[in-house]
Amino acid sequence: MTTWTIDGVREALAAKKVSARELAADFYKRIAERNPALNAYLMLSEERAYAQADRIDALVASGKPLPELAGVPIAIKDVISTKSVRTTCGSKILEHYVPPYDATAVERLEAAGAVILGKTNCDEFAMGSSNENSAYGPVRNPEATDRVPGGSSGGSAAAVAAGLAVASLGTDTGGSIRQPGSFCGIPAMMGSYGRVSRYGLIAFASSLDRIGPFATNARDVAATLKVIAGRDSNDSTSTTAPVPDYVTAMERPVKGMRVGIPKEYFGEGMDDGVRKKIEAGIELLKKMGCQLQEIHMAHTDYAIATYYIIATAEASSNLARYDGVRYGLRVDDSSLLAMYCKTRGAGFGAEVKRRIVLGTYVLSAGYYDAYYLKGQKVRALIAQDFRDAFTKVDVIVTPTSPVPAFKLGERTADPLQMYLADIYTVTGSLAGVPGMSVPCGKICGKLPVGLQIFGPAFGEASVLQLAHAFEQAGGASL
Amino acid sequence: MKISREDVERVAELAYLDLTEAELESYRQQIDDILEYIGKLDELDTTNVAPMAQVLADDQTADATLREDVVVPCRVTPEILEQAPDPEPPYFRVPKVIER
Repeated sequence: MTTWTIDGVREALAAKKVSARELAADFYKRIAERNPALNAYLMLSEERAYAQADRIDALVASGKPLPELAGVPIAIKDVISTKSVRTTCGSKILEHYVPPYDATAVERLEAAGAVILGKTNCDEFAMGSSNENSAYGPVRNPEATDRVPGGSSGGSAAAVAAGLAVASLGTDTGGSIRQPGSFCGIPAMMGSYGRVSRYGLIAFASSLDRIGPFATNARDVAATLKVIAGRDSNDSTSTTAPVPDYVTAMERPVKGMRVGIPKEYFGEGMDDGVRKKIEAGIELLKKMGCQLQEIHMAHTDYAIATYYIIATAEASSNLARYDGVRYGLRVDDSSLLAMYCKTRGAGFGAEVKRRIVLGTYVLSAGYYDAYYLKGQKVRALIAQDFRDAFTKVDVIVTPTSPVPAFKLGERTADPLQMYLADIYTVTGSLAGVPGMSVPCGKICGKLPVGLQIFGPAFGEASVLQLAHAFEQAGGASL
Repeated sequence: MKISREDVERVAELAYLDLTEAELESYRQQIDDILEYIGKLDELDTTNVAPMAQVLADDQTADATLREDVVVPCRVTPEILEQAPDPEPPYFRVPKVIER
C-alpha cells in the first residue's frame, strides 16, 4: 500500500501517473476493506469527493498550476460542519443532521484542492479521551486493534494512521488532537487559540476548542495548517495575525534552539515505557544541538481540575441549543418543557449528560465563585506559567500522554481516571498556546509514544521546526 | 460529600435534562468524586489574581472584533427549516406554551 504525501499526490497528478478520481477511488477501496474493523469513518461523501476530483483532473488536463492540496484525500472529524454531508458529532441527538453550510476550515481545504472523503468518528460532542463515548461505536487503534485510538478525534487519527486518508482534521479542546496522534503514532497539531477559524465547528467549549490537522509527517501537518489558518470574519476570535509559510519556516536549523523541560510533567503516574521513550527523545534533542533547560511550571498540577470546571461550564451553556426545536432529535410531549427534558434526556449519551450536570452545577447560584470564578483565576496562573517559561526558552517539550493506548473498556468505569489521562495536554489548552504531538518511538516496537512540543502563542513555526527536525533525526524509530 | 442527590435533581432541572433513577445515583457519586478532586484548587491563594475571561491578548483582538454593522441576507433559510423536527415555514412549530 502506497503511503501518499501531499507533495507526492501533486507530483503524481502533474506527471499524470494517477488521476485525482483514481486516487479517490483507491482510497475508497482501502476504506471499504479496513473501515469495518476500525470504524474510523462514520459517513463517506463520495459524490462530493468525485466532483472535486474531476475539477482537479480538469485543471491537470488544462495544464494550469495545481493548488497546494490538489487531489489530496482528506477526512474531517464529525463535529465539523460539511454542507449537505451528514454531521452527527458522534451523537444520537444529531443522527440525521445535515448542515446547510461548510465550516471555514473545510471551505479552505476544498478551495486549496483537497478531496473530502468523509466524516470521521469521535467521542460524542468531542467529550472523551478514548473514542468510546461515540454513539456509533468505538474506533479501534490501527496499531493494536484491541486498544483505543485515543480521543476525542480518534477516527481522524486512525484514518490517517491506517492509510485511509492522507491528512485529516480533528478538534482539540483538552488534548483531543494531540493524544490520539500520540496513541496512533502520527504527528498531530493544535494551533494557537485564534489561529484557525471555529466557524462551523459545532461548539463544545468555545474558549478552548480548536481545529487542527493530522498527517503522516510534520511537513504535511504544516501544509494543511497553513491552508486552514488565518482571519475569518465569521469568527470574531480568529486573529488577523499574519500566517507564515510554515513549510518553508520549518526547514530552519534547530541547533541552539532553547528547549524547556518542565519538571512537573515527569512526576508520578507516568508509564515506565513512556518515560523511557521520552527520555530517549530528549537525548536525541541534545544530539541535534538543542539547548536543553529544566524549567518550572508551578501550576501544572492544577490544570485538570481547572479544565474540568471551565470546559464543562462552557459545554453546559453551548449544549443548551439542543432543544428539539430547530434541528436534531425531538421526543414529543404536549408540554414544551417536558419536550425539552425528554429530548435531551434521550438524545445525549452518558458522558455528555454527566458534563452538562457538572457544568450547570459549577455555574449555579451559590457555587459560581467557588468553582467557575476560581477556575478562571487558576487558568490565568497557568497561562502566566507559559508566558514566563517562554521568556527563557523557545519551545517546551513534554510527554503527550502519561500512558500509551489502553485497551478498550479499561478506563470507562471511572470518569475521573479517564480525565486524568489528559494531564499533560490540558495545560496548553487552557493557556491558548500551540501544541503538537510527534512520534517518539514505540514501546516494545508496538505501542506508539508521542512527544509533545508547546510554543508561545502564534509560535507555530518554531513548534513545527522542532517537530520536523526531530522526525528527520529519526524520532519515530527511537 | 460535596453534592447531594437533591443537588443533582435541581441541576438536571435547570439544564432541562431528564435523568433516570440509575443516572441520578451514578452521576451523584461520580460528580462527587470529581468535585472532591477539584477541591485541590483551594490550596492556591487567588485573592489578587484577575480571572482569565478571554484567551487572546487585547492586541490580538482589538482590530478583529470590531466591524461595521452591515445587514447580510441569509440565503439558507429553506435548508435551515428542512432540519427542523416540525417546521411550518417560515416558522418552527413547538408544543403549546400558553395554557389559556
